[in-house]
This record gives sequence, structure tokens and C-alpha cells, in this order.
Amino acid sequence: MTRFLWPLAIFLALVGFLAVGLNLNPREVPSPLIDKPAPQFSLPVLHKPDMTLSRDDLMGQVWLLNVWASWCVSCRQEHPLLVELAKAGIVPIYGLNYKDDRNAGLKWLNEHGDPYTASIMDADGRIGIEYGVYGVPETFVIDKQGVIRHKHIGPITPQALQEKLLPMVRELNAS
Amino acid sequence: MLRKFVAAVFAVLIHLPGIAAEAVPASDDPVLEKRVMEVGHLLRCLVCQNQTIADSHAELAVDLKNEIREMMRAGKSDQEIIDFMVARYGDFVLYKPQVKSTTWLLWFGPGVLLVLGLGTLFVKLRRRTAQIQAAELTPEQKRQAYSLLEQADGGDSK
Repeated sequence: MTRFLWPLAIFLALVGFLAVGLNLNPREVPSPLIDKPAPQFSLPVLHKPDMTLSRDDLMGQVWLLNVWASWCVSCRQEHPLLVELAKAGIVPIYGLNYKDDRNAGLKWLNEHGDPYTASIMDADGRIGIEYGVYGVPETFVIDKQGVIRHKHIGPITPQALQEKLLPMVRELNAS
Repeated sequence: MLRKFVAAVFAVLIHLPGIAAEAVPASDDPVLEKRVMEVGHLLRCLVCQNQTIADSHAELAVDLKNEIREMMRAGKSDQEIIDFMVARYGDFVLYKPQVKSTTWLLWFGPGVLLVLGLGTLFVKLRRRTAQIQAAELTPEQKRQAYSLLEQADGGDSK
């Protein structure tokens, strides 16, 4: 009897593996930077290019680093959510304007709203490489000590915001 | 006049594939370029995940090749450059995965399956030969069988 059940068992195990595999997102590559200090940067501010902002200026608070660009289509998808989040004033959002043209970036923010406390310009994508950016938009949660605690790849969904990002921010703010 | 124009158009067309395939020459140093491509072949392009950054023309791959080039000019070793990429993009950036405890299944799984399969096949075949041998009759049994058959023949012909 068992000899007839074996192939069935193997088949079901295979189906199980394939079902899990199909539901994984190959685009989401876990970042090795989680729980590591956020890479240092010192970049010109989008609205005031003669001013620079560095990582150390942002120490002592929990903040989000959102990588965006005017050429990035899926950034539009998450943008209203960011604008709403900024209005709620729960956590400051800093923008990393990745490989963008300054004027195009400014125009984009005028059109879609500016949720950023400040945006910094990474025109050549160098800081993007330091942060392991490969698919814009990406969002990092960075704690008071300047340590990266979470990375969200792709557009933020309302679900990801409610279930992951906001609880994380609350927890980090409390500690 | 027309003939000249047609010739000119063809001359351009003939060169078009060449123009399309040729990436912008990044530097004039062929030795450096060769090293950039060698290291580039070891690294995965995370935008187009089944290509190495040496093969890919994605913007990120171009940027990373520039980064590699600059690190080489700064005297960094190949290993240092690979470590730099792994530190930022994780193990997935390695086009050939490392052999370590979390990748043992990936590396040795197929081999283990092959050995298990061959082992099962071997055992099954052995059992089957044993069964066939067991079915063979001793001379005594054969004699009995023939005599039974003969009796049966006799019975039928009555």
C-alpha cells in the first residue's frame, strides 16, 4: 500500500515547494545593511543646492530615507501615501533624489506634492551604491543612533506602512 | 546622384548594428577594461537578475562598472571590490554563490538526489534479480512439472 502512496507524497511535497517559490518576490533581495550604521553622506539639498546635508545632521531622531526620482514611474504610486504620512507628522521623511536632474526633480515635487523635510541630490548615484539601492523607490528606516533598521524595496503599500513601517517607527521612537 | 545617396544609406545601415552593440568606451586602457569585465562577470546585476553586470547595459550596471574601474585605479584588489559589493548588495550579488552552510542544499542537493536515485534503482534491480532467481525450478521440481503436464495431456486425449 505504502509504495503507491510514496509518489503521491513526493508530488505533494513538490507542489508545496513550488507554491512557496511562486509566492516569493525575486525582486526583494534582503539587504546586508540592516542593523548596520547608515552609510555616511554629505550631499547638496535639492531646494538649496548651496547647502549640504549629512547623515550626522540627522542623528538623534528616527527618520525615513526615501529614494526617489522624477523618472521613476512606481514612485508616483507610493507618493500620495508619503504626502499623507508627512501631513500626519509621525516621522520625518528625507528624500534621496537619485540620479535625477535638479529641475526635473523640483518640477515633479511641485506637481505631486513635497512630503520631504528635505531632499538631497545624488546626481551620480554614488550614495545610492553605498546604500545598495537597485530598484527605486526604496525606503530605509533609520534609528536615533543612525542605524538602518529596515529597508522597503519598491513602492510602499498602505499595508506595508501600517503593518511594518509605522510599528517600527513607533517602537524605535519609544526606545 | 541617386546612386550615391543609396550607397550612403547602405553604408550607414551596415554600420548600425556595430553602433548599437558598442558600449561607450569607458577608458583607453585595455588591460584595465579586461580586469573590469572579469570582475564584472562575477557580479550579478540586481536590475536584470539573470545577467552579470559585465553583460548588462542597465544603468545600475554601468554605474557599478564605473565604480569598479575607479576602485581598480585606486589600487584595490579584485577581492576587495567583490567584498565592497557584497557589503552593499548582499550575497545575491555574487553570480556564483558561495559554498557555505546556507547554500549546501543548493550546491550538493542535486548530487544527493542523483546518488539517492541511483541507490534506489540499484536496490530495486537487485531485488528483482533475486525474485527471478527464486522462480527458477530445481531439476526435481522440473521433473515433477513435466510429469504433471504429461498426465494432463493424457487426461485430455481420453
